[in-house]
Amino acid sequence: MKEVSSAIQLIPLDNYIMLSVALFSIGLMGVLFRRNIIVVLMCLELMFNSVNLLITAFSAYHSDPSGQVFVFFIMIVAAAEVAVGLSIVVMMKRNVESVDINLLNRLRW
Amino acid sequence: MVEQVPYINFAWLVPALPLLGFLITGLAYKRLKHNQAGIIASTMVVLSFLVSAALFFVLQSSGKDSATVTLFNWIVIGNMNIPFALLIDHLSLTMMLIITGVGALIHIYSIGYMHGDDRVNSFFAQMNLFTFSMLLLVMGANYLVLFIGWEGVGLCSYLLIGFWFKNPAFNYAARKAFVMNRIGDLGFILGIILLFLTFKSVTFSEVFSHAAKLQPGAPVITLITLFLLIGAVGKSAQIPLFTWLPDAMAGPTPVSALIHAATMVTAGIYMIARSSILYNLAPITLNVIIVIGLATALLAAIIGLKQNDIKKVLAYSTVSQLGYMFIALGLGAYSTAVFHVTTHAFFKALLFLGAGSVIHAMGGEQDIRKMGGLRKKMPYTYFTFLAGTLAISGIPPFSGFFSKDLILAKAYEHNILIYILALGGALITCFYMFRLLYLVFSGEQRLPGVHPHESPRVMTIPLVILSILAVFGGFLNIPSLLGGDSKFTTFLQCAVISKVPEEISRYTEIALIVISLILLIRVIIFVYWRYVKKALIPAGETETKPFFSRLVYNKFYIDEIYIALFEKHFGYLSDFFFHKIENTVLDPVVDEIGAATSRFGTMVRRLQPGNMSFYLFAMVAGILLFIVFILII
Amino acid sequence: MVFLFYMLSAIMIISALLIVFNRNPINNVIFLIVCFIAMAGHYILLNAQFLAVVHIIVYTGAIMVLFLFVIMLLNLNKAIIPHKSRATRILAVITGGIFFLVLLAATRQTIEIHPRYPFTSDIGLVKEVGQTLFHEFLLPFEMSSALFIAAMVGAIMFGKKDV
Repeated sequence: MKEVSSAIQLIPLDNYIMLSVALFSIGLMGVLFRRNIIVVLMCLELMFNSVNLLITAFSAYHSDPSGQVFVFFIMIVAAAEVAVGLSIVVMMKRNVESVDINLLNRLRW
Repeated sequence: MVEQVPYINFAWLVPALPLLGFLITGLAYKRLKHNQAGIIASTMVVLSFLVSAALFFVLQSSGKDSATVTLFNWIVIGNMNIPFALLIDHLSLTMMLIITGVGALIHIYSIGYMHGDDRVNSFFAQMNLFTFSMLLLVMGANYLVLFIGWEGVGLCSYLLIGFWFKNPAFNYAARKAFVMNRIGDLGFILGIILLFLTFKSVTFSEVFSHAAKLQPGAPVITLITLFLLIGAVGKSAQIPLFTWLPDAMAGPTPVSALIHAATMVTAGIYMIARSSILYNLAPITLNVIIVIGLATALLAAIIGLKQNDIKKVLAYSTVSQLGYMFIALGLGAYSTAVFHVTTHAFFKALLFLGAGSVIHAMGGEQDIRKMGGLRKKMPYTYFTFLAGTLAISGIPPFSGFFSKDLILAKAYEHNILIYILALGGALITCFYMFRLLYLVFSGEQRLPGVHPHESPRVMTIPLVILSILAVFGGFLNIPSLLGGDSKFTTFLQCAVISKVPEEISRYTEIALIVISLILLIRVIIFVYWRYVKKALIPAGETETKPFFSRLVYNKFYIDEIYIALFEKHFGYLSDFFFHKIENTVLDPVVDEIGAATSRFGTMVRRLQPGNMSFYLFAMVAGILLFIVFILII
Repeated sequence: MVFLFYMLSAIMIISALLIVFNRNPINNVIFLIVCFIAMAGHYILLNAQFLAVVHIIVYTGAIMVLFLFVIMLLNLNKAIIPHKSRATRILAVITGGIFFLVLLAATRQTIEIHPRYPFTSDIGLVKEVGQTLFHEFLLPFEMSSALFIAAMVGAIMFGKKDV
């Protein structure tokens, strides 16, 4: 346990920030890149998790457990979001026979 | 906490009952059958009368002069606090008893008169609304509550004059009444505002206690009273705003009796009597009132000489009588004016209802040249109408004698010229009233094909009651000369502060009465000789008449003068605004605003292709710009 | 320790990139799971054991299974949906890169945080987090049940054949 926790002293916080930013950008790129709405949702999860990781890192570096409780709540929200999001996907599949995001083109005037 | 008069808190019932009647008949007007609306409306007014009478006795037995009932705080802004309060004192009680008493009789009469009309339910709804507004007008404890009632009666007057709105002429008459009243209302509003600015209050008691500290003849008081006078002139149909009242006869006859004879037109007199303390401080305004009243009394009486429409004659007579009340007000004899209001309410309502009965019998004919010989066929109507005529002419011991003679005596005290002119007006009144009576009821019937019959009992009973009031109403105020104690004047003294009159000697008073009596009897004999013995019938529309006769017949062309002076110019102005301003400036601007918005929308619409990917890119670009912006700042 | 950090980071970034660029949804899910497991490793490195466990249970165990089920249910296991146009894809990559750079530029301006001493390493333990959760955040924790109810009702409503 001592050994593991020493990572906090060895690794600067900057590395975690850079990792999170990289993951977030990759998730964003995926959202813009893909047409499959399920993969878009997965990329959103990835973005969620990069933020979670950053908050946990801050929490650990600040020795403040509140941040981790916050992450816990984010997970709750993410679970609820995924449940609703996936049911929307199922409905979309049923209505337009596809999960292609380009078919959602009626969102205008 | 001031010690209250017991049960006085039930005062709100007086206006509330007609309001309830209005709501019932107004909201359920499609469901009510036959006479139901009339019965409900009449019941409400009768109940209201009973409550008023009860309040009268309660106030009498408590030994107090007045009581204020605050219903709720109405306007509270900063240090301005205007409660919605009712003032019960001798003046308002008098008016309440007149309104509900005469009003109840007219409501009952209307059940018979309006029987068979399609919109009888809305008629009664509007009549009840009118009664409510009028009660609010006389019961309000401050100028604003009075003003609500003031506007309410104006509205109801408009609605009821134009009750048979399918006739364009009637609509025109209604509009005319409304516009004329509005001119007066503007003056009234200005008066209230000035009042508030001067005294920081609009409640009667506060205003009067403040005003008592002012110097008599102070310019601000003169200005306030003049503004209030404009309102009274509009509402009470005095020169120069009197032309609406004769046209207001377009409404059903009970409306003319209730609104345009007994109650609403006396609102101006009530208001001035209520503000007597202010008017006592403004001698200039009082002189203006005398001039207006005298001119109106004479002019309207002269016009009345040549009118051939039974209701028009009565309308001009109303204007003339209102002129007498104004004379009394101007002389500072406020209680005398209110007394004349009371007796006038009795006999003029009686005359109008009698005229309604005649019109009803003649099948809608209103031209007195075509009537005649109705005495045998309509005995009740004839005798009640005779009582009304004797009363308005001022023959003792009928009620008109007491009130009119009092005004004449006051006029004599003040200035002999006013007395002579007022007496002349009274003689003319006597002339045209007996002319009307003889033309309608004597001789032979001149319109073939109509079989007049006596009106149903629901109409004759109110006539009989009113005629009793018209005959004996004068005994409320028997002058000391005849061994009375001027009860009515004493009764009003605590509410209305009259100017202290100079004592008039008994012999002068007796001489005045004898002079007027002799002249009146001579006039009656002359009229009898002219219209019964010689059986003269007024000339028709097309016959040529001498110049003065033509002038009077056409009401001195006052309507035409007004049209030439004001209406035409306003017409040009409206045309100018419509064609030049609205059509060439306002409309294009508004249209262009709409069209530009539409064009802009069409342009911006291209930003919304509906494609999700595009929106995602746009969103990310926005976030990026946002972050960059923050970084740069 | 430092080596472990870099290795986990590398696994995460590679699998994340594969999620974006691999066209088969099943493979995408597998890569996401890999990515999440690596993230759980990061949590352990940060001594946030409670979060590591919850993360495995919630994400890998529940959410990803849900994704897999939906993909199987809708029969999407093949790469049937074509990519976007080439221009759009290039634009997406460029946008992502710009975003990365802008965020890095933003973080460059912050003040560097050093671990606070004396260093308490056991804040991420179940006991510590539980104490905070049930003392300070009891009400939000209970409220989150309402959120779940709403989400469940919503999911069922959307899932019904005739809405």
